[in-house]
Amino acid sequence: MKKRKFGLALSVVLAAGTLLGACGSKDDTTKGDKEDNFSLAMVTDLGGVDDKSFNQSAWEGIQKFGKDNGMKKGDGGYDYLQSASSSEYNTNLTNMNRRNFDLIFGVGYLMADAVKEVADQKPDTNFSIIDATVDAPNVASILFKEQEGAFLAGVAAASVTKSNKIGFVGGIDIPVINRFHAGFVEGVKAVNPDIKVDVQYTGAFDKAELGKTTANRMFTTGVDVIFHAAGATGNGVFTEAKERKAKDPNANVWVIGVDADQYKEGQVNDKTNVTLTSVMKRVDVAVQDVAKQAKEGKFPGGETLVYGLSDNGMALADSHGAISDETMKKIDDFAKQIADGTIKVPEKVEKKK
Amino acid sequence: MSNKLTNILVPVISVILGLLVGAIVMLVSGYDPVQGYIALWEGIFGDMFTIGGTIRQITPYILAGLAVAFAFRTGLFNIGVEGQLIMGWLAAAYVGYAFELPAIIHLPLAILAAALAGALWAFIPGLLKAKLQVHEVIVTIMMNYIALHVANAVIQSISDSGEKTPMIHESASLRSTFLDTLTDYSRMHYGIVIALIMVVIMWFILEKTKRGFELKAVGFNQNASEYAGMNVKSNIILAMVISGAFAGLAGAMEALGTFGNITVQAGFTGIGFDGIAVALLGANAPFGVLLGAILFGALKFGSLNMPNVGIPVEIVSIIIALVIFFVASGYIIRVLLERLSKKKEAK
Amino acid sequence: MEYVIEMLGIRKQFGSFVANDNITLQLKKGEIHALLGENGAGKSTLMNVLFGLYQPEAGEIRVNGKKVKISDPNVANDLGIGMVHQHFMLVENFTVTENIILGSEPTKKGIVNIKDAAKKVKALSEKYGLNVDPYAKIEDISVGMQQRVEIIKTLYRGAENIIFDEPTASLTPQEISELIQIMKRLIAEGKSIILITHKLQEIMEVSDRVTVIRKGQGIGTVTTSETTPNQLAELMVGRQVEFKTKKAKANPKEEILKVENLVVTDYRNIEKVKGLNLSIRSGEIVGIAGIDGNGQTELIEAITGLRKVKSGTVSLNNKNITNLKPRDITESGVGHIPQDRHKHGLVLDFPIGHNIALQTYYQSPIATAGVIDYSKISELAQKIMKEYDVRSGHGEVTPARALSGGNQQKAIIGREVDRNPDLLIAALPTRGLDVGAIEFIHQRLIEQRDKGKAVLLISFELDEVMNVSDRIAVIYDGQIIDTVNPNETTEQELGLLMAGQDRKSNNGQVKEGDE
Repeated sequence: MKKRKFGLALSVVLAAGTLLGACGSKDDTTKGDKEDNFSLAMVTDLGGVDDKSFNQSAWEGIQKFGKDNGMKKGDGGYDYLQSASSSEYNTNLTNMNRRNFDLIFGVGYLMADAVKEVADQKPDTNFSIIDATVDAPNVASILFKEQEGAFLAGVAAASVTKSNKIGFVGGIDIPVINRFHAGFVEGVKAVNPDIKVDVQYTGAFDKAELGKTTANRMFTTGVDVIFHAAGATGNGVFTEAKERKAKDPNANVWVIGVDADQYKEGQVNDKTNVTLTSVMKRVDVAVQDVAKQAKEGKFPGGETLVYGLSDNGMALADSHGAISDETMKKIDDFAKQIADGTIKVPEKVEKKK
Repeated sequence: MSNKLTNILVPVISVILGLLVGAIVMLVSGYDPVQGYIALWEGIFGDMFTIGGTIRQITPYILAGLAVAFAFRTGLFNIGVEGQLIMGWLAAAYVGYAFELPAIIHLPLAILAAALAGALWAFIPGLLKAKLQVHEVIVTIMMNYIALHVANAVIQSISDSGEKTPMIHESASLRSTFLDTLTDYSRMHYGIVIALIMVVIMWFILEKTKRGFELKAVGFNQNASEYAGMNVKSNIILAMVISGAFAGLAGAMEALGTFGNITVQAGFTGIGFDGIAVALLGANAPFGVLLGAILFGALKFGSLNMPNVGIPVEIVSIIIALVIFFVASGYIIRVLLERLSKKKEAK
Repeated sequence: MEYVIEMLGIRKQFGSFVANDNITLQLKKGEIHALLGENGAGKSTLMNVLFGLYQPEAGEIRVNGKKVKISDPNVANDLGIGMVHQHFMLVENFTVTENIILGSEPTKKGIVNIKDAAKKVKALSEKYGLNVDPYAKIEDISVGMQQRVEIIKTLYRGAENIIFDEPTASLTPQEISELIQIMKRLIAEGKSIILITHKLQEIMEVSDRVTVIRKGQGIGTVTTSETTPNQLAELMVGRQVEFKTKKAKANPKEEILKVENLVVTDYRNIEKVKGLNLSIRSGEIVGIAGIDGNGQTELIEAITGLRKVKSGTVSLNNKNITNLKPRDITESGVGHIPQDRHKHGLVLDFPIGHNIALQTYYQSPIATAGVIDYSKISELAQKIMKEYDVRSGHGEVTPARALSGGNQQKAIIGREVDRNPDLLIAALPTRGLDVGAIEFIHQRLIEQRDKGKAVLLISFELDEVMNVSDRIAVIYDGQIIDTVNPNETTEQELGLLMAGQDRKSNNGQVKEGDE
């Protein structure tokens, strides 16, 4: 009781304090010493920092970099801001700049315009954009060879399918997702050209229910492996697969995750899991790489860095035994050939006429 | 208690109550409300950058609010502001980059295109309502989805399956170096002037013109209006068209001011739906809408600064929603005030 | 004498408004007790208190001498109180029996037992001479018959005391006299009746005693045989009232309105006006007498342009105005007091001032170049409100909704007459109004006539038609079947004509009084 009263009294005081404080507000952010204390930050796109995908992966990379270098979360160390709508990208980037971070990541292609605009306005700060290219001397663009990781996933999928029908669920029809799509189809064909790949773009990255209905339709028509590259929409694909597996433990139902290791997403119970593997886009690796270069004063401004299998930018996640050793060997073999350039994986799907 | 005093007290008390409850939420979740609210205040009025940003945020809210309010005042429920806004955005962005004209022609042309696109998108439900008595709520909701996906398809075809249109030419931009320098690139633009003019225009149409008289009459009672010789059908269509034009202009603010282009949208912008709340907060009166938009926009933009002091966006959203909730439920406070003053009288 | 129902010192308040203040009403066994008062005097409130819909703030109710608390209509039913509402509460596509048992369906092992109920309905019908078919569908029977169904409904539920709320409002003269017979039979069988009405004639004819209320106050109870209609009216209104509207002899001149072979269909495309002919000259009031639904509504809507004419012509001052737009017709000299003032006459959410300008807002001097000068609207409104005695709380800015029915109607009449139209159409101009307002409106109509205008009056009230008109045209099934002189006809004769029966011998050869 006492406590509650205290709380109420406190909040009254606090509310008054807000007004007073506001009257006397001034810009008390002090200019940090850029050379001594390297600091970095990121702004998420709509997915948010716990999207189990590239936003989360980027944040993990930043956190790891921070810990390795003895930095703290907050001003002068490392931090993030989340965007709830596209109009907030610009403001959030500017906010981070005003907090004097030395390197600011914009995560996701959606932020390209905002990064370009803010970078032009603040030529003294370094920016980096993930999944898009921005042409500015103080911006490092980070791209991935999604098609290479997806190719390996295609090989894995082709090896476990029994119905010879495989599904691909994409988010919005944009170049990044097209690369996943193209690589995956190519990988499947490399194993068995007769396998049919059912391709479906849901048009959204945030509609799990749409993913679920799409997966339901695919599984019903005999598809037994689905690779999703659809962000949170893909969560619905996992849900559908898990429900089927729970009903019939012998069902041959698999999902291939995207961006991060989505093994946990596929957990049906202690023994069963529908996740075959995940095509990991190692945003964390790329982020740490760019951050390291920047700290050393070698920020690759104006450059476009493309991360693929050869530099650990793309990888397949541990399959926890779902993929046989024999197939693993095949995958490793393909991976080597891609890394050394023997196999060139296309970025775009040949449109059938 | 005098009426005037109540009218001033109610919104003030509402905001304070909302902030208080918000403070409790922050305390309970282990955050410092003082720090939070200082961040909110500074996020709104802290310096030229935040003031600029706040004004930029308010601008489309004013127009979206006017769109909803105008329809309301004429007896129509325009849920389609969102879709009309998207079409206006698309039209302005297209005209902005596809033509090369002197600014004096280009900018007005782009703005006009947005208004027309919004108006056209609202004309369809207006026509269906007037001629076939199809309820405008259903049609406008569906038109929202059509707008979203049509716009996405158009953007993709324009940009050769890319995800955004090219940037508009300088000559169609509402931005200016002056404002950018003044407000430290807050993206504030001259659209606020357009929005304020529209507030006056809506007031003028409704309160001064004979057309406004008819629109209101038809909104309240179609039978009596027909009896009095008004053309009910054309008035319904016109009401939707004007409402849609306001919404289209809100889209122009995004195209010619804030963004400079249009990107493939995964979902709705939400501005059109927030416009419903803005209109209701403003009691559907033009100047009320302005106040509602200021409150809505300021909170929305200022709250972006709260995560900078470590308060998670989720908590911020709850606090902002609480403040708006308390303002919207001003009725409760009005009743409380009346009770209080009654008690005093009794003593 | 023993009272079956006593309402003693009843007070009912809504906020600061006192609807009933210290009203006492005592119903003797076996009497017809009239409750008389103007609209808004508090009659309905009082009856709703008795029926358990409202709880009184003060006073008590006794049934058979015992004090009771009537908390809801079910308690009223159990106490033997039944009510025949003004607006029937019947399900159109149910049968008579189904409607009667609705809400208290008798069941046999969970299945509704219609047969026994129908038998009981038939028995009641025969006992009171109601002549109701238990299996007829409501939508197929007449309004008068529907009212009898309501009566049986109360009897079926064991009502000893029956409240009739304005029972004659929508009946033909024949139906009214039949209803009076039914009431008398009910009394003979030992029932007691409270009759709510503001029609003095009925009270004089049927009631034993009258309780008068005025502005929520109980004025007193008088014995009918010891009073006169004038005395009752004075008690009700609080001042002397003229019944017979004074008017000079009509002096009709040139023809203003001519309707020839008019055919109009309703929204279902069914012909409602079937080749109607009508002529009105300047300086006369022509009353259209007829039972609701015989084409009156469609006739007016066709003349005023609200409904498309299928064939035939309407001309005004020898100018064809058939199927013109409403505004063009209005501007060519037609004023229209619509029959439903809430639906057509007023924009209730507008200030009354705006409503007064509803036909002129677009014209000079109010509007110039599309912009309205609202001060001009205020001027006009103030002028008309003064001339036509329109009373409102805050002058012309008061919302129309907040005005009483009489004041709303006066504003509409002011609006229409002020434009000085050659033809004034008044459709049910006094519906739901009290004696004072009716008197005022009738005088205004006659005034227009005396100024040399043509007036078309449509009314379901026979005494209004007979009182005000110079000629009466009887409409039946979409045609004017006869025209009579009000001074040479009787209500009975008119009633028969309205029911579609031709006058015996001289069918078609009508003497037209003043011509």
